[in-house]
Amino acid sequence: MSTPLTTEQRTVHLLNRTSFGPTRETIERVNRIGARACFEEQLEPDRIPDTFVEEKIAALKSMRLSSRELIELYPPPQKAREQGMAMAPTQGPRQVILELQLARLLRAVYSRRQLYEVMVDFWSNHFNVFAAKGADRWLTTAYDRDTIRPHALGRFRDLLLATAKSPAMLFYLDNWMSVTPDSFLATRAPNLRRQGINENYARELMELHTLGVDGGYTQKDVQEVARCFTGWTIRRPRGEAEFTFEPRLHDNGAKTVLGVTIPSGGGMEDGLKVIDLLARHPSTAKFIATKLIRRLVADDPPAAIVGKAETAFRQSDGDIRSVLRAVIDAPAFFSPEVYRSKVKKPLEYVASALRVTGSETEITHQLLRYLGRMGEPLFLAQPPTGYPDVGSSWVSPDMLLTRMNFVSDLVANRLPGSRVLSDAVGSADAVARLIAPDSLSSATRAALAETKEREAVALLLAAPEFQRR
Amino acid sequence: MDTARRSLLKSAGLGFLALGLPPAFLVRAAGAQQAERGKVLVVVFQRGGMDGLNVVVPFKDRAYYSLRPNIAVPEPASGAERAIDLDGFYGLHPALAPLKSIYDKGQLAIVHAAGSPDNTRSHFDAQDYMELGTPGIKSTPDGWLNRHLRETARTDSPFRGVALTAQTPRMLSGGAPVLTLSSIEEFRLRDESMSRPLQRLYAEASDPLFRQGANSLFEALAMLRKLDAKIPASAGNYPAGRFATALKQIARLIKANVGLEIAFAEIEGWDTHVNEGGATGQLANRLKELGDGMAAFYQDIGDRLDDVMLVTLSEFGRTARENGNRGTDHGHANAMFAMGGRVRGGKVYGRWPGLAPEVLHEGRDLALTTDYRTVCGEALARHLGQRDLSKVFPNFPKTAPLGIVT
Repeated sequence: MSTPLTTEQRTVHLLNRTSFGPTRETIERVNRIGARACFEEQLEPDRIPDTFVEEKIAALKSMRLSSRELIELYPPPQKAREQGMAMAPTQGPRQVILELQLARLLRAVYSRRQLYEVMVDFWSNHFNVFAAKGADRWLTTAYDRDTIRPHALGRFRDLLLATAKSPAMLFYLDNWMSVTPDSFLATRAPNLRRQGINENYARELMELHTLGVDGGYTQKDVQEVARCFTGWTIRRPRGEAEFTFEPRLHDNGAKTVLGVTIPSGGGMEDGLKVIDLLARHPSTAKFIATKLIRRLVADDPPAAIVGKAETAFRQSDGDIRSVLRAVIDAPAFFSPEVYRSKVKKPLEYVASALRVTGSETEITHQLLRYLGRMGEPLFLAQPPTGYPDVGSSWVSPDMLLTRMNFVSDLVANRLPGSRVLSDAVGSADAVARLIAPDSLSSATRAALAETKEREAVALLLAAPEFQRR
Repeated sequence: MDTARRSLLKSAGLGFLALGLPPAFLVRAAGAQQAERGKVLVVVFQRGGMDGLNVVVPFKDRAYYSLRPNIAVPEPASGAERAIDLDGFYGLHPALAPLKSIYDKGQLAIVHAAGSPDNTRSHFDAQDYMELGTPGIKSTPDGWLNRHLRETARTDSPFRGVALTAQTPRMLSGGAPVLTLSSIEEFRLRDESMSRPLQRLYAEASDPLFRQGANSLFEALAMLRKLDAKIPASAGNYPAGRFATALKQIARLIKANVGLEIAFAEIEGWDTHVNEGGATGQLANRLKELGDGMAAFYQDIGDRLDDVMLVTLSEFGRTARENGNRGTDHGHANAMFAMGGRVRGGKVYGRWPGLAPEVLHEGRDLALTTDYRTVCGEALARHLGQRDLSKVFPNFPKTAPLGIVT
């Protein structure tokens, strides 16, 4: 059929799929030690020194604070007014979300642990929470730091359990107020918000986090899983924002989940059993493998790779590194059919543009605003599905216009706090080689021939070739 | 091409002729420009949960005053800072005074005790449900306005669905292409010099997804460039603020006949838990912005009024009883407005469920007697000619229209 990828194309392809885009340095690294060795190196992020970006992140104060400290130090404007505090806008919860966004983008651009950051992004989106929903304004920082990041290359079951117990998820999907209808709270105070079972988390846990919508569960299973998770709650969402299991809110009866009986009196064990059941369910292996391959390989995941990843998931008991190895080692991963087939999400587009031009940037509000207008404001996906991962979602006229305007602002050094390295701008050819070694379209080449250097770089970054990875 | 000729083409809004683009593009663009004076539905979303009981005040329901000792709007009588009598039972909040004359002309209708039937009191869930058009079901992939656009392909103008917001609202998201404009002024290339090479590059791209996306983009940019010259200064006396600015831009798009069918605007700040105020105060300030904006839009639209219908929505109403902070908490049913030349206005629609403790929803909120989909469905069917509402609002049984649209 089509000719196999050249070595240069394979290098660019690997970096496009396992990092936020190639840079001169990463291409040199692949050339020196080989693609497979580079990939293995990336699977052990703890061994890769990353001081440059971590120093930048250390300057963001909120990133180090506990949820409780965040609530105290960044109160909602209304509360601050009531307490007579004079408050600058940088002291409210908006600042907390802003710093989260800055850190995410800084790491995407500058971290040397690129595969790890790609996986953090993947899991954050898979286990989406909406950072602007009520108390989640103060809970998402810890969610990112203490729930997602420690497990991004670990074991799926541990990640799943960590999200189930995280105050951010408990709040986002309402499980913190899901109580057995005969609990003392529900009967004594019918006007409180805790009025009974809330099925929201139970449904999304199966539909979006594990089995998938066709994964073989019923509405009855949703109800039973919701009963299992009653009592998994937060001490105080806007105070002591820690996970707690509250036995008085728990439904103590026997349950049946996916045909498995969970005997009465299990307490918190009920939920743990459900987590184990779901993490090891064959539908979960298939669902996670498919979604991961949609991210790393193609919108329409090739069955051959899915099968291999699914097997690796099952055989390794959900070890994420093993699944990643299976994906990269599948011959179809480097097939010409999937080469440059993925449309970059806004985060990937922005980060890869900054990387390919070797830009120096203090991420600014303006840069984040661009990302928002391209359709991916970080940590602000409202629906539990997170952001879509298929190309057609990202190519509306206004999104495209925003992408074009972003790169022309970037290359012209009109973005406050960002500077494109002058030698990158000086050589459109060098940038072109990073984007598409020996395969720019004739249309792009013709347009480039008519423009001057600096504008040529902007044009390259705006071209369809750079919109894909 | 010599400059004289190029500038001539530009001034005719046909600058893209110079670019040698494929004929199909020209035909489409020309078709869209000639779009007849089509019907337009403007949806205004009031995010935060408007307190409908203080906006369209049931002053003859005595329970209203006992439930709200501190924040009730006084019943109509002479003098300002009182509800404005609509029909002897309901009164309009005084901050909405500019809407009263539109109501009196029969071009503003109200539906009370309306909203989404789902019980959630989460802003996010309630907004989702209302925008997706499937209360209780979150997995719906698209918004109901988008489904309407998808099911009716009147023109292929890039302006069929436009949101004047920073991000595309879920109500308008989905498979049918829509435009999101923070403002008409911002919707342009930062470097005009890039326009020509970019158009050329994308027009010849082998990548169909990007070729089509860029075609729509450059089509929209070309049409918008003409707007400035073509549209007379706005005739409405718009107040400051993002909401009124959005309505002003929608009015321009309507008058420019760019093929607009669905427009979306939003206005925030309705989450009045603390110190809501009565005839004056926090809620009154929000209502002033809402009412002044709508009245200016009404003025501005002028002779296009018959083609335009505006509907307001908010995710839920608020508790019937005021809370301990002189505010109200998240509740259930609400009031909706419908404005336009073919609206059968001057009337408050919907059955009033009452405010007695035993009829309140879950013992605390105004009960719902009209599903918002009944109102919006009627607007889509009668105003925009949607033939199959089951595609727009799946699982919503056919209900008798209220008769709001003539």
